[in-house]
Amino acid sequence: MSRVFTPKVVTANRLIEGDAVWLTEDGTWSPDIAEAELLEDEADADLRLLMAQSQSDLVVGAYMADAVAGPDGPEPTHYREAFRTSGPSNYRHGKQETL
Amino acid sequence: MYHYSDFDAEFVRDRTAQFRAQVDRRLDGSLTEDEFKPLRLMNGLYLQLHAYMLRVAIPYGTLNSAQMRQLAMIAGRWDKGYGHFTTRQNIQFNWPKLKDVPDMLDALAEVGMHAIQTSGNTIRNVTADHFAGAAADEIADPRPVAELLRQWSTDHPEFQFLPRKFKIAVTGSPNDRAVTRAHDIGLRMVERDGEAGFEVLVGGGLGRTPMIGKVVRDFLPKADLLPYTEAIVSVYNRLGRRDNKYKARIKITVHEHGIEEMSRLVEERFAEIRPNFQGIDQTLLTELEAAFAPPPLSPQTAPDYEARRAADPVFRSWSDTNLTAHRVPGHVLVSVSLKAPGQTPGDATADQMRVLADLAERYGHDELRISHEQNVVLPHVAEADLPALYDALRAAGLAAANIGLVSDIIACPGMDYCALATAPSIPVAQQIALRFEELQLEHEIGPLKIKISGCINACGHHHVGHIGILGLDRAGVETYQITLGGDGTETAAIGERTGPGFSATEIVPAVERLVMAYLDLREEPEETFLATYRRLGMGPFKAALYETDRADAA
Repeated sequence: MSRVFTPKVVTANRLIEGDAVWLTEDGTWSPDIAEAELLEDEADADLRLLMAQSQSDLVVGAYMADAVAGPDGPEPTHYREAFRTSGPSNYRHGKQETL
Repeated sequence: MYHYSDFDAEFVRDRTAQFRAQVDRRLDGSLTEDEFKPLRLMNGLYLQLHAYMLRVAIPYGTLNSAQMRQLAMIAGRWDKGYGHFTTRQNIQFNWPKLKDVPDMLDALAEVGMHAIQTSGNTIRNVTADHFAGAAADEIADPRPVAELLRQWSTDHPEFQFLPRKFKIAVTGSPNDRAVTRAHDIGLRMVERDGEAGFEVLVGGGLGRTPMIGKVVRDFLPKADLLPYTEAIVSVYNRLGRRDNKYKARIKITVHEHGIEEMSRLVEERFAEIRPNFQGIDQTLLTELEAAFAPPPLSPQTAPDYEARRAADPVFRSWSDTNLTAHRVPGHVLVSVSLKAPGQTPGDATADQMRVLADLAERYGHDELRISHEQNVVLPHVAEADLPALYDALRAAGLAAANIGLVSDIIACPGMDYCALATAPSIPVAQQIALRFEELQLEHEIGPLKIKISGCINACGHHHVGHIGILGLDRAGVETYQITLGGDGTETAAIGERTGPGFSATEIVPAVERLVMAYLDLREEPEETFLATYRRLGMGPFKAALYETDRADAA
């Protein structure tokens, strides 16, 4: 029996800056997970990941991460992905600098 | 101090130029990421959670003030104004942009530094006792040998694609401050009949399968060091497993084949290659020994130092904790703690690096060391200069009096930065340090080494912490496992797991219970945490940790 598919976002790091980005519905990359496309269908998600992986001139290491729909858009479900959306806890560096 | 030869300088510049061209080809699309990744890793460039990370080698932990200033410049210009010193005597920059990295490498090359072989399945930065060349308890300075190994291993054509990474540590002192027993090869200087040589340990390592290194040769004459090391790496290169990443380190090779068979194969290979070493290495070693000659120090007294100690209890506390005996009377090794409670272990700001460089120039014969415990050492300071040095450190936020104490915690970057991490480690270290600062018990507790890793790979050396903490992901929740009784010195031991782990909110109180139990259990204040644990075993500590009756826990 195959596992039930849980909603995903496609994420990667930008080639030049190295910062975390998420794939949006229009196929661009956003530094804000809330702007990501939440993929609820496994076949769709696989196609979007393939598309992301073909953009190696823009991003590195694309993968799917679990997410849930929040009031403002997708939110991470795991603490690892939560760190990627904000930055480290010891300094106000990374994305949280501009929040 | 040793300086690059023209050959070294040209080699490093060439490598930087080569990497610049590789970055250009990656950015213009001529190289795919799959093609580029091994090239960037060979130059110490990782991709982490929020950004790239550049790991720069500080060979055997030794720096001069110009090098430290250049690290400060790099931190300010291309990073976010700080650097992170690691447990393998490297420095990591957490925020470089890919296009800037060639410039950063050029800036490093200007001061004889590089990031070559700080990643990949190669021989990594050779580490050494951070008190080398100064400590009173030393047979001889291990750094000439470490530099010889660095030159031999850098770009060694046979050893660029080993089964897995390979780490060598050297100590010249019977008191092992270089964790040699937890390295792929550990070299401990020993004397036999007045002749200096090495005890050679092989197959130590932490990570997923922690092992204490085994003696493969109890006395190796100094002249045989390079061929013998080459024989070990050569045997490993052939025998080491390439089918399973988790079984690829030499510790598994030694475990699977046995130390006797390993020793037989190494001796066989050694006999084969020894004739190829016709003395050039020894000529070079003699030159290196001259280059590492200690600064001219003469014994002296320091009445001002004693007067300040008598008058200023804060200064006295710092000097009791952060100074180590130097071999020349009237001098000391000063350990500068990068562990002020609440700070990130091992981090120094660019300003602090500049202060340290200035102080090394003014009071420390232009020398600095980075310890595997993520602190900075000024190895040659006259006692007479200590009051002024201390005041300058204090002004820069670098006067924490906690070397070897509960808040002098080793912690890897953990999930705050690292792509491999399974849990955060920095906030755990910060909270433990702040809690014990609040309790005002640190000096009462005495020597205690807490080491925290944010994943099984054990960069935070948790297996050899008196109290080790390992952060794991258990079904999407951070969980911290505790080990007790680990030891990274000459009496090395792997810590023993206490039992079920603790959540992020439970871990600090759990550590506090262990330390309070120790205070109750010790026979006298001189009995350290480790000694008490060795006398009593796990039982009473486990009872305190899990708040059960001692009888149940035994």
